[in-house]
Amino acid sequence: MISKVKKAQILSLLNSGRRVDGRTLDQYRNIKVETNLIGRADGSARVSIGDTLVLAGIKYEIGPPFPDTPDLGVLTVNAEFLPLASPTFESGPPDENAIELARVIDRSLRKAEAVDLSKLCLVPGKSVWIAWIDIYVLNHDGNLIDASALATSAALLSSRIPQADVEEERVKVNYEDKVPPPLSKMPVTVTIAKIGDTLVVDPVLDEEEAADAKLSLSVVEGKLCAAQKSGEGVFEVEELQKAASMALSKGEELYSYLKTLAGGT
Amino acid sequence: MCDTLPVYFKDWDVVVPGELLAEGNYRPGSNVYKEDGKLYSNAVGILKFNRGVVNVVPLSGPYIPKVGDLVIGEVIDITASSYVVDIRAPHVAFLNASEASVKPLNLHEEDLRKLYDVGDMLVAKVISFERAFNPSLTCKEKGLGKITKGSIIAIPAVKVPRLIGRRRSMISLIKSETGCEVVVGQNGYIWVVGENPEDEDLVAEAVRRIVEEAHVAGLTARVMQMLKNKKRKKS
Amino acid sequence: MGVCLEEYQLGEGKVRLNMAGEQRRLISDDGVRHDGRRPDELRPIKMSVGVLKNANGSAYVEQGNTKILAAVYGPRSVHPRHLAYPDKARVRCRYHMAPFSVETRKSPAPSRREVELSKVLREALSHAILLEQFPSTAIDIFVEVLEADGSTRCAGINAASLALADAGIPMKDLVAACAVGKVDGYLVVDLTDLEDKNGEVDMPFAMMYGKRKVTLLQLDGKLSYEEFLKAVDMAVVACERIYMMQKEALKQRYLTLRKSIEGGGST
Repeated sequence: MISKVKKAQILSLLNSGRRVDGRTLDQYRNIKVETNLIGRADGSARVSIGDTLVLAGIKYEIGPPFPDTPDLGVLTVNAEFLPLASPTFESGPPDENAIELARVIDRSLRKAEAVDLSKLCLVPGKSVWIAWIDIYVLNHDGNLIDASALATSAALLSSRIPQADVEEERVKVNYEDKVPPPLSKMPVTVTIAKIGDTLVVDPVLDEEEAADAKLSLSVVEGKLCAAQKSGEGVFEVEELQKAASMALSKGEELYSYLKTLAGGT
Repeated sequence: MCDTLPVYFKDWDVVVPGELLAEGNYRPGSNVYKEDGKLYSNAVGILKFNRGVVNVVPLSGPYIPKVGDLVIGEVIDITASSYVVDIRAPHVAFLNASEASVKPLNLHEEDLRKLYDVGDMLVAKVISFERAFNPSLTCKEKGLGKITKGSIIAIPAVKVPRLIGRRRSMISLIKSETGCEVVVGQNGYIWVVGENPEDEDLVAEAVRRIVEEAHVAGLTARVMQMLKNKKRKKS
Repeated sequence: MGVCLEEYQLGEGKVRLNMAGEQRRLISDDGVRHDGRRPDELRPIKMSVGVLKNANGSAYVEQGNTKILAAVYGPRSVHPRHLAYPDKARVRCRYHMAPFSVETRKSPAPSRREVELSKVLREALSHAILLEQFPSTAIDIFVEVLEADGSTRCAGINAASLALADAGIPMKDLVAACAVGKVDGYLVVDLTDLEDKNGEVDMPFAMMYGKRKVTLLQLDGKLSYEEFLKAVDMAVVACERIYMMQKEALKQRYLTLRKSIEGGGST
């Protein structure tokens, strides 16, 4: 909840094209991406956007495929909003916001076809690689989705999957020699908040709380691949168009943080 | 007056939320809101114009208490100093011991339960109400208090005005044709006391008719006809 | 193992179209869909209002084989008290699928998908309600999917709007919803389950049509910017048709009775 005074202040600044922290309407906060921080994880990345801090970890495990896709590997995304990240987060199972975030990122990866699941199959119907992606929110200062999405993509790009040999349906895993996983284009997600009548990119926490609604748009190779409107507010049709266009152009910028990683496909 | 300003519906039309009713200098009445000079309905209801005011009489909706409303409710709990009464409003109502009866209750000597117990139906008046809080009731007037005989009919609160009728025409008609005492709670509970159960049933039938046909003009005449027919059949 | 994996096993994978494992085309060369519809055609839609006795408002909607029952209770008091908002009503929404509503029986326990959709539906409907009129109360919306054949969240929103209006809860406008998808390269409206699972794109969309305000937008699949604009246009047109049907459905129960009374004479 945001105080009326703060909200009024944010709105009046926006009316003169300024934001609380001096950014322009379409500017991201300072972004930092670091990878390979957690030795025991197969892939990891820590992303900060301003003071928002998210850690993503990847573990590859062998397990059964889904019954209706016996020859595809499994990708699963889970997010935890840790209680230490914000006075408003409570301990317990993921709430609707954490579940929504995980599912939005999952959809963006799936539709971008970022991970070639067919190459993760070992013994059809019995054994496949499962990519467990866990998103850990460490500090909430707004725009958890973009930070989490970037951390996920960075973790995947820098991850290494063990090699497996399949002999007569028996799988032998070589944990020593790990190789890059079968990845193709990574999506990036751009979140735009609507505050009053203004659209701003990368809302900081105060802006998020003052916003009526947000639109998170995932882009890959110049196309939209996922979108999620959240919040109880509304958008005009023209604002949807504007947001899509903003996301496509900012996406390029975000993508530059991933390009240097693991050959950056 | 406002005759030349655009109006998109006429009296007695059924309108729905978001429907554009009129434009211009009309004033928004019940269940109507004005935006950019246009008047819209916010409920499913019947359009009624009244001297430049656009009203929508809703066909369903919650009971919103008003100070002075006569209501009928059920005691659902008793605290140390008050009764908790369900008056079918979004919030339960409180009847403080000090307002519970014309004769003052001595809390030190008497148990609240002696006067009204959980499950009792009461006729009361709303003495205070702020939207965010619970309404307060009083039974401190003559005619208010516990209901001990007769029967109770429940109808949607929004249909109560129709049941009462313009200048009480409908309710007077029912009372005179059936010979029953009828107390109408603004919250949609109706207390009927008749000489015999058949008379009370007749009231129930008239009420049912009114609730079902509230949106069709000429209701008073139809109810009168129905009551006279039933009486003829009886004799 | 978490709740996560359970999720996907339950009907979110790809559907085999025939035993040979070959993919049948979902749309013919002249744009006829697997169920005979044109790309911009809605399925047969049925709407009834006031179908449950106890709920303050209710509605039943069918869109093709998708069957949704929605009910509204409220405004009513919130328990525990600290959950109430002092200045407006709190909207709570539960989207739930019956175990027998899908091909492979679904456990009745709320899945992650149902948690997300409950939030999405709440956010699609809240703005339409005049919440400030009922501070410190709750408005509870229940959407039950009885049979799922695509676009359940959209049909759910259509039903919930009707249920809210039936309950007499003051609303700025009705909310109409429709999903647009892409199937074999064609943009289509009102997806069936087959089209959703085997198509390239699913874009659920809802708006307060009279006010032209979008309350729900999700996208699952690739669309170019131009395709996105076209898809939104198609969604708006589809929503208009649904909105008109919702208005009809709300008025119908009163108008039929009125006609019979005014036409047939009194009893």
